[in-house]
Amino acid sequence: MAVTNDLRTFKNAAWLGWQMEANWTDPFLFATYSIVRPIAGTLILVFMYLVITNGETETAFFSYMYVGNAFYMFVAEVLFGVTWVIHDDREHFMTLKQVYIAPIKFYVYVFGRSAIKIAIVSIGVLITLAFGVFVLGVQVGSGGVDVPLFVLSLLLGLSMLLVMGLAMGGLTFLTAKHEGGINEGVAGVFYVLSGVIFPITVLPHWVQGISMALPVTYWMEAIRRGLMPDAMSEIAKGTGLEGLSNLELVGALLLSAFAFLVLSVAVFKYADKVARRKGKIDWTSAY
Amino acid sequence: MPPAVETKALTRVFHPKKKKEGKSVTALAGVDLRIEQGELFGMLGPNGAGKTTLLKILSTLLLPTSGKAYVAGFDVETQFQAVRKRINMVSGGEISGYGLLTVKENLWMFTQFYGMKSQLALQRIDEMLDQFGLADKKDEKVRALSTGQRQKMNVIRGFVTDPEIIFLDEPTLGLDVNASRTIREYIVDWVGKRKDRTVLLTTHYMAEADQLCGRIAIIDDGRILACDTPENLKKMVKTSTMLKLDTTHLENKQGLSSIRGVEKFTFTDNPENNMTSLRFVLEDEAAVSDIVSSVIAGGAKILGLRKTEPTLEDVFIKLVGKGFE
Repeated sequence: MAVTNDLRTFKNAAWLGWQMEANWTDPFLFATYSIVRPIAGTLILVFMYLVITNGETETAFFSYMYVGNAFYMFVAEVLFGVTWVIHDDREHFMTLKQVYIAPIKFYVYVFGRSAIKIAIVSIGVLITLAFGVFVLGVQVGSGGVDVPLFVLSLLLGLSMLLVMGLAMGGLTFLTAKHEGGINEGVAGVFYVLSGVIFPITVLPHWVQGISMALPVTYWMEAIRRGLMPDAMSEIAKGTGLEGLSNLELVGALLLSAFAFLVLSVAVFKYADKVARRKGKIDWTSAY
Repeated sequence: MPPAVETKALTRVFHPKKKKEGKSVTALAGVDLRIEQGELFGMLGPNGAGKTTLLKILSTLLLPTSGKAYVAGFDVETQFQAVRKRINMVSGGEISGYGLLTVKENLWMFTQFYGMKSQLALQRIDEMLDQFGLADKKDEKVRALSTGQRQKMNVIRGFVTDPEIIFLDEPTLGLDVNASRTIREYIVDWVGKRKDRTVLLTTHYMAEADQLCGRIAIIDDGRILACDTPENLKKMVKTSTMLKLDTTHLENKQGLSSIRGVEKFTFTDNPENNMTSLRFVLEDEAAVSDIVSSVIAGGAKILGLRKTEPTLEDVFIKLVGKGFE
């Protein structure tokens, strides 16, 4: 019964999320925006890379950077998306309190809304990858794709991002105008420390210790190993995770994701209780 | 059978973020309340009396500072999931709603969060939209509705799930006469047809409380001052005489309270038309002549004087020593 309720909540929240994401304009403009936005975002980085390397794109490292940047879209969008759901419901639509007092698990509602964001970002990531492979010669699939590793790490990673987003959502309960900054800060930390566009070995030794505690670091590595095994073996010695086998890598991802799950649930529950204590659930700031 | 609502020494204090932002505010100060299943119960009090705070606690949006609150026998603090299955809440002046959805979609979505069968929900939504005069708006985006229409939609959202207990926080606030009447009639009809359903309604409209509620609690400064049926509350001032006096602007009113026979009095200055309205609760009708003399001596002219039937406002004036305004 509880599972049925949760599924229904998830389905309806996802439906609402889709209406919110896709209904703000006509379908043609929405489709154009969905294609242009991720490519435009990626091209900024590509051009920076081209200037630095004098137009060299057919290297393993370019592929490393390109794929990392493409999958980082998930990190930014999911973390930002979850908090935006709470912010938007509370401040803009003023429906948060109505949803909050409904007999549902609030986090299931948030996951449902966020699932649509993941689905939309997935399209962006796919378009970006296709653009990279066909236009820029990114080495995805050269030497085959380790499908089980890719699928497993993708699912684990997205689940991890959702629960991390939940913690950010909890913090959003307690803030009014700062949640954007907090999100960007956290997403920025992952961007710099998790080997998104450069290997963590570039970082000072003590910072690498922090990188190794972040699940996104293992996720990025696992995704790359799954999608471009040849390119990764070419630069294996420079990623900082070369000592881990694929199995150990997934294990590390699982372990760190579990630690973040526990932490995120604790943060969300605590923030939820504080928000109820301080009367922040239906609070509007006029920001 | 547990009462629909029960509070025991319920207290809620709001502390300022920083000391320089002012003092702590006690919104509820040891409220004891018991509302039985099937009641249409009113909380009557001026703005800032603590009505909304009470409803927020009962609807699990806010935690009490101390004391206990139970809804349908469940502790709002620890058994909030059980509470949420049994309640719904509507706040007046509320313009909430997902603007990108149509009215029907918006309402349907909330019914799904309450586990209603989709077909039944759609049927009930259609019926209620018709009753509230919004049938022709059902396929319009919520963002296109007027404030009053949005408020009506929110009232429908509250009732459409047929909750055991519904909390209505100033449900007619800011609405025009017709819209207010529609909502009042619906509330009375809803609770009349469902003997096991409970309505807790807050309002600062005396007539609304008087017309709708079987029992009323008068609340001010976070304290319940009296709780009874409207008739019994009015009996509190039955032995007194109620006098309403309209004058041209009266500068000095202080002396009026010391006139023999004046139990309580309130006034409202209306600078726009240079008038003062005075309302007296008199222990002795003989005080009328002294009041009139005092007003004239104060330089004002009498525009109207009448003896009135006791109202809930008179009860409030007697209990608190001030009016609602």
